[in-house]
Amino acid sequence: MLRVQIASTMAMTETTCKDPVIHNHWHAIAAIEDTGSHVHHTRLLGEDLTYQASTARDTSDSTGDHEFAVSRTAAPDKLLPVHCAYGYIWTCLGTPAQPLFTLPEYAESDRNNVCACSVGVRVSAPRAVENFLDMGHFPYVHTGILGEQPHTEVREYDVEITEDSNEVIATRCRFYQPQAAAGANEGMLVEYVYRVPHPYCSILYKSCPDDESRMDVIALFVQPVDEINIRAHALVSVIDATSAPLAIRMFQQTIFGQDKPILENQLPKKLPLDPRAETPIRADKSAVFYRRWLSRQGISYGVIPAAA
Amino acid sequence: MITLYDYELSGNCYKIRLLLSMLEIEYSKHTVEFYPAADHKSEWFKAINPLGTLPVLVDRSHEPQNAGQRRPLQQKTEKPHNEQTADLNPIDGLTLKDSAAILVYLATRYDKTASWYPSSDPAKIAQITEWLAFADGITASASQARLAEGFFYNVDADACRARAHQLFRILDEHLWFAEHRKQRWLVAGDLPTIADLACFPYIILSEEGSISRQDYPAIRRWTDRVKRIPGFIVMPGVFPIGPELSS
Ligand SMILES: N[C@@H](CCC(=O)N[C@@H](CS)C(=O)NCC(=O)O)C(=O)O
Ligand SMILES: [Fe+2]
Repeated sequence: MLRVQIASTMAMTETTCKDPVIHNHWHAIAAIEDTGSHVHHTRLLGEDLTYQASTARDTSDSTGDHEFAVSRTAAPDKLLPVHCAYGYIWTCLGTPAQPLFTLPEYAESDRNNVCACSVGVRVSAPRAVENFLDMGHFPYVHTGILGEQPHTEVREYDVEITEDSNEVIATRCRFYQPQAAAGANEGMLVEYVYRVPHPYCSILYKSCPDDESRMDVIALFVQPVDEINIRAHALVSVIDATSAPLAIRMFQQTIFGQDKPILENQLPKKLPLDPRAETPIRADKSAVFYRRWLSRQGISYGVIPAAA
Repeated sequence: MITLYDYELSGNCYKIRLLLSMLEIEYSKHTVEFYPAADHKSEWFKAINPLGTLPVLVDRSHEPQNAGQRRPLQQKTEKPHNEQTADLNPIDGLTLKDSAAILVYLATRYDKTASWYPSSDPAKIAQITEWLAFADGITASASQARLAEGFFYNVDADACRARAHQLFRILDEHLWFAEHRKQRWLVAGDLPTIADLACFPYIILSEEGSISRQDYPAIRRWTDRVKRIPGFIVMPGVFPIGPELSS
């Protein structure tokens, strides 16, 4: 018995995340709607987790919602913090250092909020976020949907790191898209705003084909399974009264399915933060800011830190 | 009217979409979300296919009484059926629940050139049948490894990869010798057959299950040839190919 315990402790110290920022962040692990009351398994930051919808609300401590019970598989009695937000279950392996970022659009009553997919990809979390920020790949990877040759040019746009909320924000991004959303019937010049409010999450706002005054929201919540494996969770929050949730989900699954081989072929799998590591063409403006922002926070998990 | 019960990310469904496109057959798609919803295991879908697998094809222009007798296609309007209405039994036509069976049926019935499944040539259809069985072996290995990595299936992915490499090695050797006899396709002849389409999807998607094709040059040349068949279409994870460079 003792031997077994020592062995599992050792296995844990080998894989456990030593990055305090990431360790103490919230991470999405599964869609609420996909989680039943039987035991589910997943991995987060190299550790095996067990989670399920809890049957009784009998826990008295107050570390958040208790609709779901999440724990390390190796320590089933010690419940981890749980937070339900934006359709997903979030947990933290350490002590949450800050509340989860806000996404106020999720609560707007006329939005169709759809948990579109949770896909496994062999890539680091920061590489997935960076790909999400990059419009340049649309015509080549999402041909006929999010882009189309010869409309390949990424026009000038603005990026900043906000002082108050500490987010990377890219604005004035514009791109011609043949089919901007599940409910789009014709091509349009689409305007994008990107937010990176969490090292492993990004939210994009794009012109809504149904309503000129509003923006559709697509959020990528990356679950770091380990340093070079992820589950990519997508939330789609659109103003679209006609498309069925299934059509919205399939649209997003197609897009993610197209990105998957591109991401899996990127080398190195961890994102290099050294400004000289990759050519400025691949790492365009928002990527430069994102890498700088990760460096500034001292992120080491899933990246190759810049030499000091 | 033909209805394909389809999931965009399924390689077995892709086999059928490829042939439908190459034969320019009109059809309607009914999406069954394989992951994460697992709609292929739902009651409404199991009423159509008790096996709970995709693809399923329903051909309502087929009339069982007149089997064998070819009649012009009738234009019937598709009854919309979705999760709510699917308990209406959709089957007043022919329902096929296996990708190989569907390929055989579509090619035999709708390919006017009779090249995709040359049913009057016993040796050829026997060889095609061998490759259809081989394709099932690829589904059981390479496809399972992909499901383990992308869709979190609880299978022994290493064993699946090892099996897939055995099959890829056999296929690579077959194709290498075929090329030396000036043959381009799995079954000898001038034109591709359904054997090529049955084997193609989970080979071209193999890297999603961490199965590299680096050591199989003849397979790589053959996948390029498949991509140049008129009517070829892609699916997520599969890239189109440029025109052949003429020297
Ligand atoms: N022999 C069948 C197998 C099809 C198959 O395995 N389909 C997968 C999707 S690509 C499936 O539905 N799997 C569900 C299961 O096996 O339970 C065929 O070729 O059509
Ligand atoms: Fe993409």
